[in-house]
Amino acid sequence: MKPIYMDNNATTRVAPEVVEEMLPYFSDLYGNPSSMHAFGGNVGAKLKAAREHVATLLGAQPDEILFTSCGTESDSTAIHAAIRSHPEKKHIITTRVEHPAVKNLAEHLAKNGYRVTFVPVDRQGRLDLDYLYQKLSDDTAIVSVMWANNETGTIFPVEEIARTVRERGIVFHTDAVQAVGKIPINMAESAIDMLSLSGHKLHAPKGIGVLYIRKGTKFAPFLMGGHQERGRRAGTENTASIIGMGRAAQLAMACMQDENTRVRTLRDKLETELLKRVPCSMINGDPENRLPNTTSIAFEFIEGEGILLLMDQYGICASSGSACTSGSLEPSHVLRAMGVPFTAAHGSIRYSLSIYNTEEEVDFVIDKMPPIIQRLRQMSPFWKEGRIA
Amino acid sequence: MWDYTEKTKDHFLNPRNVGFIDDFDGIGEVGSLACGDALKLTFKLDDNKRIADAKFQTFGCASAIASSSALTEIIKGMSLEEAAKVTNEDIADYLGGLPKEKMHCSVMGRDAMEKAIAYYRGEAEKKIEGEIVCECFGVSDVQIERAVRENGLTSIEDVTDYVKAGGGCGNCHDKIQFIIDRVLGNTPRAAKKPEALTNIQKIKMIDATLEREIKPALNQDGGDIELVDVDGNRVLVKLRGTCASCSKSQITLKHYVENKLKELVSQDLVVEEV
Repeated sequence: MKPIYMDNNATTRVAPEVVEEMLPYFSDLYGNPSSMHAFGGNVGAKLKAAREHVATLLGAQPDEILFTSCGTESDSTAIHAAIRSHPEKKHIITTRVEHPAVKNLAEHLAKNGYRVTFVPVDRQGRLDLDYLYQKLSDDTAIVSVMWANNETGTIFPVEEIARTVRERGIVFHTDAVQAVGKIPINMAESAIDMLSLSGHKLHAPKGIGVLYIRKGTKFAPFLMGGHQERGRRAGTENTASIIGMGRAAQLAMACMQDENTRVRTLRDKLETELLKRVPCSMINGDPENRLPNTTSIAFEFIEGEGILLLMDQYGICASSGSACTSGSLEPSHVLRAMGVPFTAAHGSIRYSLSIYNTEEEVDFVIDKMPPIIQRLRQMSPFWKEGRIA
Repeated sequence: MWDYTEKTKDHFLNPRNVGFIDDFDGIGEVGSLACGDALKLTFKLDDNKRIADAKFQTFGCASAIASSSALTEIIKGMSLEEAAKVTNEDIADYLGGLPKEKMHCSVMGRDAMEKAIAYYRGEAEKKIEGEIVCECFGVSDVQIERAVRENGLTSIEDVTDYVKAGGGCGNCHDKIQFIIDRVLGNTPRAAKKPEALTNIQKIKMIDATLEREIKPALNQDGGDIELVDVDGNRVLVKLRGTCASCSKSQITLKHYVENKLKELVSQDLVVEEV
């Protein structure tokens, strides 16, 4: 059974063009880019090109691009760099809906001498900006706000926040893992100081991330050792993956239009039809400012794991915000922060599309979902044809 | 992805006995929407007072649905005496085992059965016995103790897997550990309790106990404590908790500190926050 993959905010298919570009660097072209011989040096030249491609995607300069091992490393590097560059400052601002890569680090720092402000969101998942601005102080070392939320697709006004934060002389970082490649980004005209992205969310392989660091931003390395990445991130370069990341950046540029037209239309069709065909269902997140590929739909009175397993019978891949799928006993911290009622949070399914999805696939999912929901609801003690039992 | 047995998958995909018996003899409801799983069990007896039919409605994950289905299959044909003896382990075994983290699904089945039998026998719905230990999931010390005893649990993680207690904010972990220790017969660390302490001795012992026993535990969770003064048997402390989302954290912390000091220094001590 060919999977119908609608879980692209979890990870994406590596683009065939990317695989093709990478393969020689696993076999014949294994040289170390730091070597003095041409065999290694040629790889170095290829890395330089890859760095330029990523810079172009972000509207940045190549020397503002730092390759890391993943989005999480980029986030950790950025936040640690900021607090170690400003050791006298003991306050951090982030949000209640960050990815665990930022959230759990912030919670860890909160237990180790830092004051951390977690900015709340409203029922649509929109940030309370006034609250954020009120909390800015001379003691604030860094403000870290994700560009777009991985669970709901809600886009946050990070450019605006970055400008206000900059006026106060405070470092601003954004986890843009879900945003890059889906919405236009131009660091040349931005006030954002640091930005994280992850390769495997935009059709590059797992194990490669990028941290953009604006020229002039105070920085302290996380990994120390060799001179790689101009001493900002030691360790022999993951050559094949960096080259793959470069190719993926080129493709992302080329596909952004498709992402915002065709993929958006597919997402809208999926969402509209499911809401129409399944009673007691609703969208989680801000319908206005949202990634073009993501929809999180709450199917009330049932539990997400069962939905996913029944979808799996048809090869349909998606995610859930339910407790049973999160590995903990409580539903998604994002949905809880938004105040999504338990009746809906447990049965929330996130569909995240990519350029590889087709209209046939969307139609198939639209066809299969209503009976799945109906089947589980008929088992649920809380369901009585649209009313709470 | 959870590693479910073929039988668990089968009972999820083809659940037996879904529904509600309108003229039921017994009914048992456990769980809630907030907790993430709930089960409504009904049964009907035949002329010989054996379970002729049993049906369930379940809100929950695949293993909750499979456990409910298994339970109804197990109890059909049983007398109520026999059904009352069905344990959560029996339900899990019937399915060829459940992932450890999902054992609470089988416990839910057992609890529903007990409630349904109690309903039939006209026993007043039992209030939650004992004292609530886990505020997040509303689990009492009696429930925790029973799970520990019946399933031979040895860690807080085990307890969370079986009855969910401790799976939320984590403030009750010390209490759960205390219950585990009590059931397993672990004697608390022996402490000398001299007959009468001079004030100096008392202050020194309190200080030493705070440093040795209490601070490390609190530090682990990001909290801290400072001894401000000792006035007779009143121990005045400053506390700093970290689980800001849980209003009970301060109370829990105070109880924990007080219990430790009572245990290791003197039964008469009272902890007060300043």
